[in-house]
Amino acid sequence: MKLLKSLLNQRTRSRTVTFALVIAAYIGVTVFKASGNMTRMVSSLLVPVCCYIVAAIGLNLNVGFSGELNLGQAGFMSVGGFTAAIVNGLTLSMIPNDIIRLILCIIAGAIMAGFVGWLISIPVLKLEGDYLAIVTLAFGQIIMSLLNNLYVGVDKAGVHFAFMTNTLSLQEGGKMIVSGPMGVTGNTMISSFTAGFVLILVSLFIVFNLMYSKEGRAIQACRDNKIAAETVGIRVSSTKTLAFVLSSALGGAAGALYMMNYSSVAATKFDFNTSILILVYVVLGGLGNMTGTVIATTVLVMLPEMLRFLSSYRMLVYAIVLIVMMIITNNEKVLSATESFRRKMKKKGA
Amino acid sequence: MAFLSYLIGGLGLGSVYAIIALGYSMVYGIAKMLNFAHGDVIMVGAFMAYFAISKYHLPVLVGVVLAVVVCTILGVVIERLAYKPLRHASSLSVLITAIGVSYFLQNSAMLLWGTDTKIFPTVLSGSLTVGSLSVPYLTLITILTCIVIMIVLTLFINRTKTGRAMRACSEDKGAAALMGINVNRIISITFAIGSGLAAIASILLVATYPSVYPTLGSMPGIKAFTAAVFGGIGSIPGAFLGGLVLGVVENLSRAYISTQLSDAIVFMVLIVVLLIKPTGLLGKKVNVKV
Amino acid sequence: MENREKVLEVRGLGIDFGGLTAVNDLDLDIYQGEIYGLIGPNGAGKTTVFNMLTKVYQPSRGTIRLCGQDMAKLNPVTANIAGVARTFQNIRLFNKLTVLDNVKTGMHNSISYGKLAAVLRLPSYYKAEKEADEKAMELLTILGLDQYADTEAGNLPYGAQRRLEIARALATNPKLLLLDEPAAGMNPQETEELMAMIRKVRDYFKISVLLIEHDMKLVMGICERITVLNFGQLLAQGLPAEIQSNKEVIKAYIGE
Repeated sequence: MKLLKSLLNQRTRSRTVTFALVIAAYIGVTVFKASGNMTRMVSSLLVPVCCYIVAAIGLNLNVGFSGELNLGQAGFMSVGGFTAAIVNGLTLSMIPNDIIRLILCIIAGAIMAGFVGWLISIPVLKLEGDYLAIVTLAFGQIIMSLLNNLYVGVDKAGVHFAFMTNTLSLQEGGKMIVSGPMGVTGNTMISSFTAGFVLILVSLFIVFNLMYSKEGRAIQACRDNKIAAETVGIRVSSTKTLAFVLSSALGGAAGALYMMNYSSVAATKFDFNTSILILVYVVLGGLGNMTGTVIATTVLVMLPEMLRFLSSYRMLVYAIVLIVMMIITNNEKVLSATESFRRKMKKKGA
Repeated sequence: MAFLSYLIGGLGLGSVYAIIALGYSMVYGIAKMLNFAHGDVIMVGAFMAYFAISKYHLPVLVGVVLAVVVCTILGVVIERLAYKPLRHASSLSVLITAIGVSYFLQNSAMLLWGTDTKIFPTVLSGSLTVGSLSVPYLTLITILTCIVIMIVLTLFINRTKTGRAMRACSEDKGAAALMGINVNRIISITFAIGSGLAAIASILLVATYPSVYPTLGSMPGIKAFTAAVFGGIGSIPGAFLGGLVLGVVENLSRAYISTQLSDAIVFMVLIVVLLIKPTGLLGKKVNVKV
Repeated sequence: MENREKVLEVRGLGIDFGGLTAVNDLDLDIYQGEIYGLIGPNGAGKTTVFNMLTKVYQPSRGTIRLCGQDMAKLNPVTANIAGVARTFQNIRLFNKLTVLDNVKTGMHNSISYGKLAAVLRLPSYYKAEKEADEKAMELLTILGLDQYADTEAGNLPYGAQRRLEIARALATNPKLLLLDEPAAGMNPQETEELMAMIRKVRDYFKISVLLIEHDMKLVMGICERITVLNFGQLLAQGLPAEIQSNKEVIKAYIGE
């Protein structure tokens, strides 16, 4: 019984640490912001940081826990973002309360991205390894191409869609929401740092609770050994689909929040480079390590800004930091040193 | 006739993709890594050729040689400094490092050469006219170059000692090392060849689409990666075939369906092909032993 | 023997791989509570039989019945739910999961709460997890792995990994347990312990065991009946003593 208890403690520990960290960071930032010392550059990054954290949590679920490399997370962000913009434009006059509308937008974005994720997972999960990765890359590109040619307008008669060319002839008082290559235009901004903070908490809550359940064990079992998972009665494809759909839904929620932070965003904002950036946050934070993901995302989104004093050299330094980090963290000597340190800490804890 | 000219144009574009994809595929086959910086080596090659030909008015051939030499050295240096320390790391770590190298090359180019787009001079104009069909010499040379590279590379891989060592390394690096093959040397050679090919591709690319800028390599890089997977990554004829098919599909969909959607169509074709053949057109099927 | 319930009935089982017949015309009956041995030289098709019984491979011919139920339409997942569990010759654990969680994956289908209950942490979640923890610890204790509960499976010593595979298989509540070379790589003392453990598990969970093994001491020591395969063909079937004195079997093992 004692053993059971210590096990439970260990499992809940990383969760507690992560939540505590996020809440402390929120309080710290809010106080700092209120003191008036925060530069405009940093404060403008607060909401994007939250968005990338949520997208990275989602991606880590897929890459870290499910073990499938996804090179198209930004595609799901754009699906969520564009959905949110349309919902926002539609309900602007119906729901005057910004918070309710924001919640609605985020839920709509998450559901739509989750749905697209589910559609995509059908072909994607038939493949393995790098072939799977390239198909997610391909879907990211396809989503971007399609959204780049999408026109959506709203007027008294309702929503109007057009594809490829703007054939919408809106009634008077009508408004374009999505205008092809220009992307979302004239969006009413309703994001806030607090909303981002809450979204992070909700995402962590969902991911942690699911991971420490039978579904989470099944997802990790399928990652470690598909054949063995099947022979203990785990349906591999539906398990992997669950991880993939949840991962894309979180990407969608992140994209929705992101979109609501700007008046206009083009689809090309969510390109392959963005997908890769999110993947970098996940890998540097540690596969399957949510605390690490939150920290790595925050640091790496802020890093180029912190390196601003280097002016034009900052992205170069950023690149070098990436390479050096990877080489150091994979160095055998460093690895064995951290491992023995971890063991020591564990012994002390027990 | 129009169709035929689009088809040939597509083969031209596809040849460029194929040459880049060969580099991707060879490196993948031997180092088992996705070298995302490969596209940026193309960019460096393009800048070298631009400076040689446009700024210093050197003969075109000198530009080509300069680009090939610089890229080959660059490829080997990148491998030594960034990838070699990660020989035993997870493939994701190597992928992230490759992305870091890609950023590094792009940003170095921006700092050294500026972010503005430079116009590559016309090196070869005129067309071959047969009846009502007119094919630019450049396209012909591109296709021809690709075929020559393909033949030479196949002979090299199948007939030479180094080629045999490369095949051994791609099968099993540990066993190859036990047989006395210097695996590090083979990986270096692979990077050298892949990067040299990237340089040739870069010149063919900017000769056709004459803008030179620091992120020039990204899209061809992604396309070539796609082509390599499409053909079956690790397979040399696969990369060749994948590149050609991709170029043709892209050019034809641009001509007959939509310019804006050509990329989407290319990627959709890729997905359909992978669903029918999960390891690409010429990829080997891997059986898991239970 | 025949008054016991028949757990497994195999008739005319065979499989071809691209024209090559790997197993042909195999008949096999296993009764309730029996420990049954499947032996034969390397490449005889023993593991292939396991792969067919667990539906990892679809047989080309023949029928498999588990407690009377036809297994023709089952896949690996439903075959496990029907009551077949196995271990692997080349150990296949979930290396990054803890030992305890490895066992709990085996209870995937018996843990009843839904995804929503897991996310919202409803009482049903806590109740089912507590029961699963207790049952898993019980299994680990039986297999002598309780001190490793918190260790990552990939870090276990070799012998413990083999036993963990057995624990995980048992967690799925099987009627028939397939063990693929359970004693491989074990020293004589460990093999002794394993034999006792297999008997204990059989009695405690009231299951039947079919095992592949090269260690003849183990096979002859615990198997009630034995089938010998050679080149995919059934060579002999019978009691250990009969098999030991069978000329064909000796020839197959030693050569002419």
